[in-house]
Amino acid sequence: MSEQAGVSIEDVRRVAELANLELTPEEEPRMQRDLNAILKHIAQLNELDTKDIPAMAQVGEMLGGAAHEWGETLREDAVRPSIDRAAVMAVAPETDGRFFKVPKVIER
Amino acid sequence: MDLTIDAVRAGVADGSATATAVAEMHYSRIAANDGVEGKGINSFLALGKERALAQAAKIDSMAAKGEELPVLAGVPIGIKDVLAMQGAPATAGSLILKDYRPPYDATAVTRLEAAGAVLLGKLNCDEFAMGSSNENSAYGPVRNPRALDRVPGGSSGGSAAAVAANFAVATLGTDTGGSIRQPAAFCGVVGVLPTYGRVSRYGLIAFASSLDRVGPFAKNVKDAATVLQVLAGQDALDATSSDRPVDDYVGLMAKPVEGLRIGVPKEYFGEGLDPEIRAAIEGVLDGLKGAGCVIKPVSLPHTKYAIPTYYVIATAEASSNLSRFDGVRFGLRDAEAKTLSEMFRRTRDAGFGAEVKRRILLGTYALSAGYYDAYYRKAQQVRTLLTRDFLTAFLDVDALVAPVTPTPAFKLGEKTDDPVKMYLEDIYSVAASLAGVCGISVPCGETKAGLPIGVQVIGKHFDEGTMFRVAQAVEAGQGQA
Repeated sequence: MSEQAGVSIEDVRRVAELANLELTPEEEPRMQRDLNAILKHIAQLNELDTKDIPAMAQVGEMLGGAAHEWGETLREDAVRPSIDRAAVMAVAPETDGRFFKVPKVIER
Repeated sequence: MDLTIDAVRAGVADGSATATAVAEMHYSRIAANDGVEGKGINSFLALGKERALAQAAKIDSMAAKGEELPVLAGVPIGIKDVLAMQGAPATAGSLILKDYRPPYDATAVTRLEAAGAVLLGKLNCDEFAMGSSNENSAYGPVRNPRALDRVPGGSSGGSAAAVAANFAVATLGTDTGGSIRQPAAFCGVVGVLPTYGRVSRYGLIAFASSLDRVGPFAKNVKDAATVLQVLAGQDALDATSSDRPVDDYVGLMAKPVEGLRIGVPKEYFGEGLDPEIRAAIEGVLDGLKGAGCVIKPVSLPHTKYAIPTYYVIATAEASSNLSRFDGVRFGLRDAEAKTLSEMFRRTRDAGFGAEVKRRILLGTYALSAGYYDAYYRKAQQVRTLLTRDFLTAFLDVDALVAPVTPTPAFKLGEKTDDPVKMYLEDIYSVAASLAGVCGISVPCGETKAGLPIGVQVIGKHFDEGTMFRVAQAVEAGQGQA
């Protein structure tokens, strides 16, 4: 981990862009300070040697037994009723009834 | 505290009460003391009287006809605002979902109503369940009913406070790193973290999907077991729900604890634990010993790494889950934006609060090119070690007993300036979250200043039965203190 280097304002802006967040000039230094403080705390993990330790994504993989017991099965790929389109479109910000409408995608 | 599930159901069944009158009584308490103008507890964000009273009328008509009543008949229950109820608001404590009304019910909601519960409304919480004090809600903090200048805990602060204030007989909350157990301890009520995979999460607004769990708050252990019995079990709509059979929690709870081996993890009693809480937990252990339990010291050696591990994994998952809030399909949209990407950014900037942005940024950073192995993969490896700690300890003991929190409820505003200090609030709760085991917070006394103290009973994966059994003994022991 490169916590020694720390997170710069440019890093904060780059990550904000990746996350589609627009930070105000006032928010940027606060976020920089907080991220550095949290990452410093997280750097404690470097004390542990994890060379041969498997990475764990879900608890089921640690417990053995059949996948379905741990909720790791996929349902049958079959057609079944879903929520009515009109009900879904009714809560959308802008639609034509069939599709979601958005501002233009490509800037010219 | 007054009405329990048994009392409501029995009253409705024998005609001495009606579900409608019980619901109206709770609504009048909410009207009198919850308030919307910044002075009350501020636990409810929305009331769904129409749906609740229709359900109450249905129960009353069943009772009038002498039909057998379902287990939660007429029981008024509140729902954390991260769970969907068709047509009702589901803000998740965020401005970005201010006007969102989901067109479907969460499975937990469906199951409660099918069991006869009367769902009163939606409960305040930290924004997207991110917080330990309920101060991150866009709709104002919740006050602790036991001390109005203090936080109720979080993120399910509204759910804990509503039970403590007798606005509901039980409530639903969610727990990702402690968000049920910690507010239960702060407010002096019972709160349950079920095993990962035990309760369906269909209809839950996701925060960190490998950690999020839905569970009940109640006034006593039996009520909590009764509600979990209704919630538990496989759901075809949630691929992560387990098909393992559900135990008879209320039956198992009543079994004597004699001969059970109780582990006491030494890492949970270190520096930073409030002396009054330590003394209360020691009292609980003495009581269990008196009831015939074998008390054994155990070690969960990686405990100190739980918080840093959690804040990598939870934020990484959150950064992915919260990308769906983009102004396209539901919720807020910035109407001024000229292009799609500008619309995404401006919508998210206006809709998300500071803590949510902080966690999205941290999670995005941890997953970004060049850092993935150092942060996310490393944290997943340490998560393996933390889980092994529990699996090893459970070879020798049947349940663990530990504090829930290092301190009692703190004052509103006391920790809002320092995120790391706030995160350390979760020091005794996050390890169980990462390991997927079940846990419960049970009231076990109060401080000299009158603040509630909670004790945590942690059970093996899918062994809620033993967890409730120990919890019931703890609760019974309180009466004799």
